Amino acid sequence: MIVLRLFGALGRLALRQLEHVGGVAIMLLQVARGLPRAGRYAGETVLQMHRVGIGSMGLVALTSVFTGAVATVQARYQFSNLVPDMFLGTVVAKSVFIELGPVLTALVVAGRVSASMAAELGTMRVTEQIDALETLAVPPTDYLIVPRFLAAACMVPALTAFADLLAILGGLFVAVTTLGVSSQIFLSGLRTFFEIGDVLGGLIKALVFGIVIAHMGCFFGMAASGGAEGVGRATTRAVVAACVLILLNDYLLAEILSRVVFT
Amino acid sequence: MSASQSASSGPDTTVVEVRDLHKRFGGNHVLDGVSFALCEGERAVVLGRSGSGKSVLLRHLVGLVQPDSGSISLFGQELVGLSRAALYQLRLQVGVLFQGAALLDSMTVYENVTLGLRTHGIHSEADLRRRAAAKLAEVGLPGIEDSMPASLSGGMRKRVGLARAVAMDPRMVLYDEPTTGLDPVMSDVINNLILQYARRTRMTSVVVTHDMTSAFKVGTRFLMLHKGRIIFDGDVGALRGCTDPRIAGFIAGDAGALDLLR
Repeated sequence: MIVLRLFGALGRLALRQLEHVGGVAIMLLQVARGLPRAGRYAGETVLQMHRVGIGSMGLVALTSVFTGAVATVQARYQFSNLVPDMFLGTVVAKSVFIELGPVLTALVVAGRVSASMAAELGTMRVTEQIDALETLAVPPTDYLIVPRFLAAACMVPALTAFADLLAILGGLFVAVTTLGVSSQIFLSGLRTFFEIGDVLGGLIKALVFGIVIAHMGCFFGMAASGGAEGVGRATTRAVVAACVLILLNDYLLAEILSRVVFT
Repeated sequence: MSASQSASSGPDTTVVEVRDLHKRFGGNHVLDGVSFALCEGERAVVLGRSGSGKSVLLRHLVGLVQPDSGSISLFGQELVGLSRAALYQLRLQVGVLFQGAALLDSMTVYENVTLGLRTHGIHSEADLRRRAAAKLAEVGLPGIEDSMPASLSGGMRKRVGLARAVAMDPRMVLYDEPTTGLDPVMSDVINNLILQYARRTRMTSVVVTHDMTSAFKVGTRFLMLHKGRIIFDGDVGALRGCTDPRIAGFIAGDAGALDLLR
């Protein structure tokens, strides 16, 4: 009897997860189908771009400056006296462009934006605002989801480029002020081994992460039910799912881009 | 028949026809073979205890919920299995006032009232302003176009919701608990607005409520749902004279009927 119950519970759990996977895939298809009509709600897209991009700049700036600073201190510590200081700029720049910039920016933005999207859409769901849109023959996918996808897909790469710049400046500042490395040496290391493919690869990652952030925020928000508690649950799930998928996609993209772009 | 063709229908035209509607949520059989038809201009009140499936039935009428089985014909078009584009076309002829008004929080009153119009063809700002002002004046709220929903009282939100529901001059309006949470005076204001719209334009109205004062004021026909089935369908005289203890008890608000209505 206990075994049967256990299998029953496992089966229900598996079905729920499959339902989620199906729902996520269906939303992606609906967004793809809604893209040709995106111009109709351009104002909403611009508003979302402002919320995602401008609204996240302070947090991203703070994170990236310290990321660059820590990366510089750690690199110098690991180099000890074995590697010339010139390579400090090289290592910091490459790690920021390829990995730290896109991933940390995405994680920070996921915490802020996925949560906010899930909470906003979840509240709209439980207060029947999304049903109201349906009854006014305004497609919720076109009006609510597509603008959020477009905004995140545009603004997360933009924020990543911004983060890359600030992280390098943070690293340079620490190198010059506390490690005694001149700015010429730091920057010459950066320039000598600079590959545009590193920056592009990071921005491709950021594009995918942006889509993941919007997707999880919208999916869990639209699926919210059960009042304030349901909205809270949706918000938590959106952030957790976005962070997990960012890390998973980071690995997959690293495998792909290392063969295609980072050569 | 297309929606536009049906718009020119006669006075006794059937607007809604529901046949053997079934809906389950998990193990709960919410609608268990509901059937009825409504003619143009009728003001139907759907009665029943909380959780009896009234709102679920209302949501079926505008295609927000798909039934497990059965059929719903709206203005001569079958709703079940209708394509999304065709469903949206049909919805342009139906207004809905939600229980909590469901105004979009991020928009002003003006943007809420004109959202449907803006999406479906009217792009002139002056025209939209004029129409919004007219609809808001009709519900007794002139000059609040630039207010945000959060700054409005419950009664004002309901009236803005009503202005939005009728903004596209629909042929039918669905009211989900229109007077719930309002004081008696504001409830009467909403009831008068429902009557005003229905009488002026021969608009068909479906009102879901358990407020009997409101029901008797606005209704010409009464349907009572119990355990997913319609246990009463008739006019006000038949309702008042009904000897079924479940219905008589419900109308009288008699706690003794609680066991019968479980």
